[in-house]
Amino acid sequence: MARFLLGALDRRATPIALVLLVVAVLVPVAHLGLPASHPLHVPTYIVALVGKYLCYALLAVALNLVWGYCGILSLGHGAFFALGGYAMGMYLMRQIGSRGVYGNPTLPDFMVFLNWKSLPWYWHGFDQFWFAALMVLLVPGLLAFVFGWFAFRSRVTGVYLSIITQALTYALLLAFFRNDMGFGGNNGLTDFKDMLGFNIQSSTTRSALFAASAIALALGVLITSAIVRSKFGKVLIAVRDAESRTRFLGYRVEHVKLFAFVVSACMAGVAGALYVPQVGIINPSEFAPANSIEVVIWTAVGGRATLAGPIVGALLVNGMKTWFTGALPEAWLFVLGGLFVAVTLFLPRGIVGTLAHGWNALAERRRAAAAEGGRDPEPKPSDLEPAPAE
Amino acid sequence: MTSFLRMIVILLALCTAAAPGAHAEADPGALLAGLGAGDYDATEAAIARIVATGDARFAPALAALGSGDLYTRKSDGRVVIGRKAGGRELALIDPLSGDALGEAASRELEKIRVNNRIRRAVRSAIGVLTLMSPNRAVRLAAANSIFASPDPESLEALDAALAAEKDPQVQAAMERARAASILASDRPEAEKVAAIETVAARGGRDALSILTPLANSENEAVKSAAAAGIARVESVLAMWDAAQNVWYGISLGSVLLLAAIGLAITFGVMGVINMAHGEMVMLGAYTTFVVQEIIRTSAPWLFDWSLVIALPLAFLVAGAAGFVIERGIIRWLYGRPLETLLATWGISLILQQAVRSLFGPTNREVGNPSWMSGAFELGGLTITYNRLWIVVFTLAVFALLLFVTRFTTFGLQMRAVTQNRRMAASMGIRTPWIDAFTFALGSGIAGIAGVALSQVGNVSPSLGQGYIIDSFMVVVFGGVGNLWGTLVGALSLGVLNKFLEPYAGAVLGKILVLVLIILFIQKRPRGLFAQRGRAVES
Repeated sequence: MARFLLGALDRRATPIALVLLVVAVLVPVAHLGLPASHPLHVPTYIVALVGKYLCYALLAVALNLVWGYCGILSLGHGAFFALGGYAMGMYLMRQIGSRGVYGNPTLPDFMVFLNWKSLPWYWHGFDQFWFAALMVLLVPGLLAFVFGWFAFRSRVTGVYLSIITQALTYALLLAFFRNDMGFGGNNGLTDFKDMLGFNIQSSTTRSALFAASAIALALGVLITSAIVRSKFGKVLIAVRDAESRTRFLGYRVEHVKLFAFVVSACMAGVAGALYVPQVGIINPSEFAPANSIEVVIWTAVGGRATLAGPIVGALLVNGMKTWFTGALPEAWLFVLGGLFVAVTLFLPRGIVGTLAHGWNALAERRRAAAAEGGRDPEPKPSDLEPAPAE
Repeated sequence: MTSFLRMIVILLALCTAAAPGAHAEADPGALLAGLGAGDYDATEAAIARIVATGDARFAPALAALGSGDLYTRKSDGRVVIGRKAGGRELALIDPLSGDALGEAASRELEKIRVNNRIRRAVRSAIGVLTLMSPNRAVRLAAANSIFASPDPESLEALDAALAAEKDPQVQAAMERARAASILASDRPEAEKVAAIETVAARGGRDALSILTPLANSENEAVKSAAAAGIARVESVLAMWDAAQNVWYGISLGSVLLLAAIGLAITFGVMGVINMAHGEMVMLGAYTTFVVQEIIRTSAPWLFDWSLVIALPLAFLVAGAAGFVIERGIIRWLYGRPLETLLATWGISLILQQAVRSLFGPTNREVGNPSWMSGAFELGGLTITYNRLWIVVFTLAVFALLLFVTRFTTFGLQMRAVTQNRRMAASMGIRTPWIDAFTFALGSGIAGIAGVALSQVGNVSPSLGQGYIIDSFMVVVFGGVGNLWGTLVGALSLGVLNKFLEPYAGAVLGKILVLVLIILFIQKRPRGLFAQRGRAVES
């Protein structure tokens, strides 16, 4: 594993991972170590906000793995995110113990309210952190495995796959709205008290969660990079660019897709699990199809099939969202809708993709100019940023 | 015993009424005054005299007496109906004409007291009066109300009325009422068994509630007859329930079809995935709203025509929006379906916010014209007119669309471009314009759908969102590129949904349908009616 990840450290992934690690250290230090009056002090709301963005960025990185590198446009990644979030939410709910409004030591408040007598079977084990952490990976992964196994095996591709992933998250949205599902219905899970014994509201816990999010994001980038740089990654990109041809070359396209889909779903689950304690609530609206499709636009704005793109996109679009919903709430949907249109029409590679493309083109021209000067043209670098197919 | 006495009283009264000029009390006011004249016996006698007139106009007064709403006005001794008017005042109503007589404080009135004996007398008197009414509808209603709450004491009245009844339908209703009353009485076994037959033949939930207690009867013959009757009624009811479910399903299916039919053109025929399709529906609904607002303020007499006026306008508004979207955005994205999906999603967000800014985020009121409100009964089915019209309208739109694609030049060119774009272009068809107009057609049809859907749901900026996933499911399930597939897909999904609902609940039923479609797509990725031949890509 370590070798696998170290293999990912190339000139593209290393700087991103380093920047994220520095952020993971510096922001908590600036938040906890500096007095509130210090100009470099990071206030609590910024830690919470950026922590949230980092989780979004990890979700975008997860989507990028399947959409950018494998060509599967999932409109249901919000579902994996929310499932991871619910798994963490259930753990946090059990940690409340008898401090709830009704003071029941085992049953969460909403169950007492619904007159439930005992804990449903699927709530057992969530009082243990290791179990919840396992479920954060397992539940989204398993759903992605089952769904993907069916979908890829019967060669549902392109737009059809997008629509059924959307139907998947929509079905889950409807299901989680139901009170008798046992996940708090409309209100979801909230009113968390502590996590691993630490008060969830305290600055220390917030900083730790922030650092964890940044590190998880760095890991997500490294895993993506490792997958894409491996031989398997080449097949992944081949599937994206020419699925039938790859199949006829003898690769098991379904398995390749399924692997990417499951890994991506697990990443999304982790993002959700880190997101929930930072915002303090998880409710069914996270399953809304609109949320999932918003993730796509983060990735598209930043640049799909690039390592940094999803992160840049998620931070940028969410930063804009925060600013607009505060200053010009009427205008935000116009801006978001305009982004969808503008990016697809004018910036199909996204910001990072366009910059990288421009940089490569420039380097190409220099090399060509150099070659004209009498030397042999060098072969193209093999790790040239692959352009999106569509 | 009392019932026997009362029968005598009634019979006597009938005789005296039959005798010419028996009483000088032909004045209805004086007859009514007799009700409040003295003690219970006097009241009962007065009831008998009223029954003797056989005049159904007395029924409201008697009903008020039974419910304790009949008063004597202290000032002039007039008998009036008093209803609570809020506060301490009572609103007075003339019992015969039904005219309002102003309000009075309760101390100005004296209540005509009733006891159980009087109440019984009143009930049967009303039965008799209404059963003998010259008005056919009143007689029918009276017989049906006795059937719904059978009373052995109405038997004599029923028998008398049956003897005089000429109208076969009313006669049948009275027979059933009589049967129900027999079952509630202590008549002999043979009569009861025959009565069970009559009641079971009538069917319905009322019959079931009459028969159910009899299934526990001591008497074996009655018990078995009742059990057989219940089984018969229940099987008929189950059939009607199924029919009702099918109707609900067809109704839901037609809504789905209406929403999906435009999509069947843009997505199915052109292969353009338009996530803003729901917003075209919304534009149509808001066009209806605007049309109705203008009519309300400037020409209220046109209100019943508002939908007819809104239809072409909605088509034009949504069609124009579609045209602009195709020319402005979608044509740059042909061959990149995933990008088209994202761009049109962006358009849908913009349109939603635009409508929200213009009309506000709340639901807007769109009224039903008079010919779309109300309901009628068809056997055991209740059919509302708005649902019926929507089904009819949907089928009309479908037929029109089929006609356009099959028999017009535009339709021919449209199909040509879909099947082989380069060949069509070589034949001189201006493919870009066909693309634009096809997209406009699909969007316009969505706009028309909006007019109809404004009649069954809320009109709000997020109206379209509710339909988009369902519409895609219908098109994908039915088979892309096939209008008939969309029809079959929509109707079968609608019916399936409604049949799952009673077992699984509305939400779970919907989830099940989604899961079933997802599984179905695994099995047949190209839908029910898959396109065959060269046109199928990859």
